[in-house]
Amino acid sequence: MTTIAVAETPLSLGLLRLADTALVHAHRLSEWCGHAPMLEEDLALANIALDLLGQARALYAYAAEVEDAGRTEDDLAYLRDAPQYRNLLMAELPKGDFAFTILRLLLLAARDQPFWKAASGSRDATLAAIAAKAEKEAAYHLRHAGEWVIRLGDGTVESGRRMREALAALWPYTGELFEADVADRALIEAGVLPDPADLRPRWEAAVNRVFAEAGLARPAECWMHSGGRSGRHTEHLGHLLAVMQHLQRAYPGATW
Amino acid sequence: MAETPMPLWEVFIRARTGLAHRHVGSVHAADAEMALQAARDTYTRRGEGLSIWVVPSAAIVASDPAEKDMLFEPTASKPYRHPTFYTVPDEVGHM
Repeated sequence: MTTIAVAETPLSLGLLRLADTALVHAHRLSEWCGHAPMLEEDLALANIALDLLGQARALYAYAAEVEDAGRTEDDLAYLRDAPQYRNLLMAELPKGDFAFTILRLLLLAARDQPFWKAASGSRDATLAAIAAKAEKEAAYHLRHAGEWVIRLGDGTVESGRRMREALAALWPYTGELFEADVADRALIEAGVLPDPADLRPRWEAAVNRVFAEAGLARPAECWMHSGGRSGRHTEHLGHLLAVMQHLQRAYPGATW
Repeated sequence: MAETPMPLWEVFIRARTGLAHRHVGSVHAADAEMALQAARDTYTRRGEGLSIWVVPSAAIVASDPAEKDMLFEPTASKPYRHPTFYTVPDEVGHM
């Protein structure tokens, strides 16, 4: 079986972290296709998954260009194994129930929106262009997820219980959203990507506002999971990739 | 626990500036804000719209199909109401 690893510079690693999170999250959202609680939401989740897939494609294409090893966006998506993936752990967790899916979307979109807004002023022109498009998409994801969380958190006894359970399960994965290692620092100092520490107040304000309206208590400070951005994943990512990469693995080089 | 069915909303989309909003279909949603989002996600996926209206379906007052003869038949014998009996000079252009 062919497995590739990208030569990691700060920029290629930074791009893979963004692209992998978008792709893996898109896959989890796409798992609702045909299964969402109502037709309208089925379309909404598929639309959001396609937004994220589009972001992932642009980022992979740029990462392949930066690597300059003759690889394509498809090679990066389909030929890397789990240890080569650099996504946030939160994105790879199984889709769970609708409360879990929509709360995860809120937590990620509340970081994506200010992230892409800031990145649209990047000194890297390609990244700035990708960010300008992604920011509008993330703004809608944030609104859509927020309105659902408010209604489910402050809805029936059961919807409130499920939302509180989802919050307890997801909260320990929020720390990774604001990590910055040596590679991130290099990109931040070069003006290529925003500093996650600068985004945190915007994220806090967005999620706190939704939690207040949803009647959800913000969880206490706790131990945070970490590792996805360095290739140390949960057992769930391998299963996800087995499904997502099946066609290319079974029929290498297959095209439409 | 008895579940309340999601209310139905009628969706109107305005495709371009200067056009009227046109009825495109309906969506289920718990309230007005969610109905707008559902309409956006369901009916504007191919760049169809610049503006969306949603109206509770219950707020639409409809004519009775059984009364269509009474309501609409009488106009069939009044062709003189159509502006087809005079020619529009070319200089007038599109009316």
